[in-house]
Amino acid sequence: MKITANISIHHLARVEGHGNIRIRIENGKLQEAKWEIVETPRFFEALLVGKKWENAPWICGRICGICSIGHTLASIRAIENAFGIVPSVQTQRLRLLLKHMETLQSHVLHLYFLSAPDFLGAGSVFPLIQSAPEVVHRAARLKQLANDICDCVGGRRLHPTRTVVGGFTMLPGRKELETFRNRLRETTGDLLATAELFQTFRIPDFVRETEFVSLKGEAEYPFIGGDLASTDGAHKKEHEYREMTNEYMVEQSTSKWSRLSRRSFAVGALARLNNNFAFLQPEAKETGEMFGLKPVNHNPFMNNIAQLVECVHVVHESLLLINELLASEQEEPRQEVTPKGGTGVGAVEVPRGILYHCYEFDDGGRILKCDCVIPTSQNHANIQHDLEELAGRCAEAGRTDREIELLAQMLVRAYDPCISCSVH
Amino acid sequence: MTNSEQGKTYLGVPVYRPKTAFFELSSCEGCQLQLLNNESSLLAFLSLVDVVNFREAMTERSDAFEIAFVEGSVTRSDEVERLKKIREKAKILVAFGSCACFGGVNQLKNRFSREWTKKEVYGEHAVETEFARPLEDVVSVDLKIFGCPVKKEEVEKIIINIATGKSVIYPKYPVCMECKANENICLFDIGEPCLGPITRAGCDSWCPNSRFGCWGCRGPADDANVEQLKVIMKKHGFSEETLLDRLECFGGFSDFAKEIRETIS
Repeated sequence: MKITANISIHHLARVEGHGNIRIRIENGKLQEAKWEIVETPRFFEALLVGKKWENAPWICGRICGICSIGHTLASIRAIENAFGIVPSVQTQRLRLLLKHMETLQSHVLHLYFLSAPDFLGAGSVFPLIQSAPEVVHRAARLKQLANDICDCVGGRRLHPTRTVVGGFTMLPGRKELETFRNRLRETTGDLLATAELFQTFRIPDFVRETEFVSLKGEAEYPFIGGDLASTDGAHKKEHEYREMTNEYMVEQSTSKWSRLSRRSFAVGALARLNNNFAFLQPEAKETGEMFGLKPVNHNPFMNNIAQLVECVHVVHESLLLINELLASEQEEPRQEVTPKGGTGVGAVEVPRGILYHCYEFDDGGRILKCDCVIPTSQNHANIQHDLEELAGRCAEAGRTDREIELLAQMLVRAYDPCISCSVH
Repeated sequence: MTNSEQGKTYLGVPVYRPKTAFFELSSCEGCQLQLLNNESSLLAFLSLVDVVNFREAMTERSDAFEIAFVEGSVTRSDEVERLKKIREKAKILVAFGSCACFGGVNQLKNRFSREWTKKEVYGEHAVETEFARPLEDVVSVDLKIFGCPVKKEEVEKIIINIATGKSVIYPKYPVCMECKANENICLFDIGEPCLGPITRAGCDSWCPNSRFGCWGCRGPADDANVEQLKVIMKKHGFSEETLLDRLECFGGFSDFAKEIRETIS
């Protein structure tokens, strides 16, 4: 059947920020498929110019309301790299624990509140409070545990207060860590139930080959700093990040776009997993196997499952981190900071993919130049090309307007875009 | 009480359950997320209000609302139009968070010309932007909820007050009072600058509780003595630049910041 469809979604719901989807099909032929970014820019890279170094993590955390911890840590890492500061092992462990709990809370938010309603035929999580209360309560429990640990380690779940250049202002107490260890152990049941829930969902069968970019693990599944890698074989050092991101401007977006070996690439949970599967915790690998998720997977809808696998990974690795913290003597929380001139880059894997902060300082530690490259901005071109391909196949298969509209929204949501972040 | 629901009570008091909408202008959307972030009281909170518009969490949308929470500052002409339309429909318009109340971190770009700012980030690519403004520069605002981010407990208290017909009263005293009551070590004594002595309380000294000095995200307390804070900062060896960084960070102290900026340059 030759279909004609005209789909226009203004300010797509259940994503962070403002984006529009337009699809036009005439007599079974795709005329247009467009992913538009209409978010207002806030100019973080300009407003930091002239400010002293200590402003940067505090202000840059405000780029994003979901991954403020990731932005704060990337900013701190860039400054420490510029000033030649190496964080203590204790600081590294605490930062990774904090990062893991942000990943858990963000993935759970996306899986349950933003993504699951599509599979359950609901417009939001709110009607599920009546129809599937155990699902909503489980999501709340998982999110709360992650957020409680963020409060304790970072001082606050959103826009953290204890994370500073050189370390932390305060350390979590042993008792608190012991309590969290017990709660993390207990949460494995909820993770299994989450996996069982997602096994009942029909993940759309859509494959379009692309390139995946992430940090490159050496011995561990990577989250903070290190080399950069792609599934097409690109390999760069952290400070060479611009050769991985190659940002450019397009008319349909206030966010910049990126490309590398092909016309687009993807970052995020699926990209991390595709590049570093071998380093996942055993329990996380088992969860992946439940869904037949193996590298290299080219189905963008499987990013949901990759997030689920990462939830299992971060919980199990956090248990190891807490054991290590409890087995070590507590050290001074914070090192002295001596600013100096130069440039520093910090690359951190935040929930939606690899994030870069880069600052150039004068001798007094004032910012001369600032550059932030956001995961979602790196994903926009890939979303656009996926959307074209998906809409084209729907046109050929003669799908209904409603089916195409839902699939297109689910595709964009699978990337878990953070649009205001991408425009910043 | 035209739309109160039979049997809905809060602590035995029948509640009004107003139709409530959430909107965002230029922001990180963190204040809205704060509402989804307090899991233990989220479900109780949702029984207090009838959420009819919350794009970040739900597909359904409605224009029939009484209370509009607006997060973010105004930085583009289409936001001016959106905000005016929201104002026409809302009985109570709430400026939600420091970006909406004062311009927030967004207003730091107002230190530079629009042309320079655009060029610094986008080069020659054409992008529209205006100086960042708080909501009340564009429309009348009925209620402000301060903070970057807002504190969920305070938001709930305010909504409970609206739903049960009580008035909303802000603390007049500064963060310093709450910090003392929490028996924290004074940050000045451990070598950290702090705006606690002049910033409006209500956050329960959120940042100083983590040994992190206050940056004034809630704006000035009543009768904030900025002159005395200057003396304290100087006594502890902090530069005027450090004081200025904090005063101008969120926009709540913009008048004081402007004065200091002029004396420095």
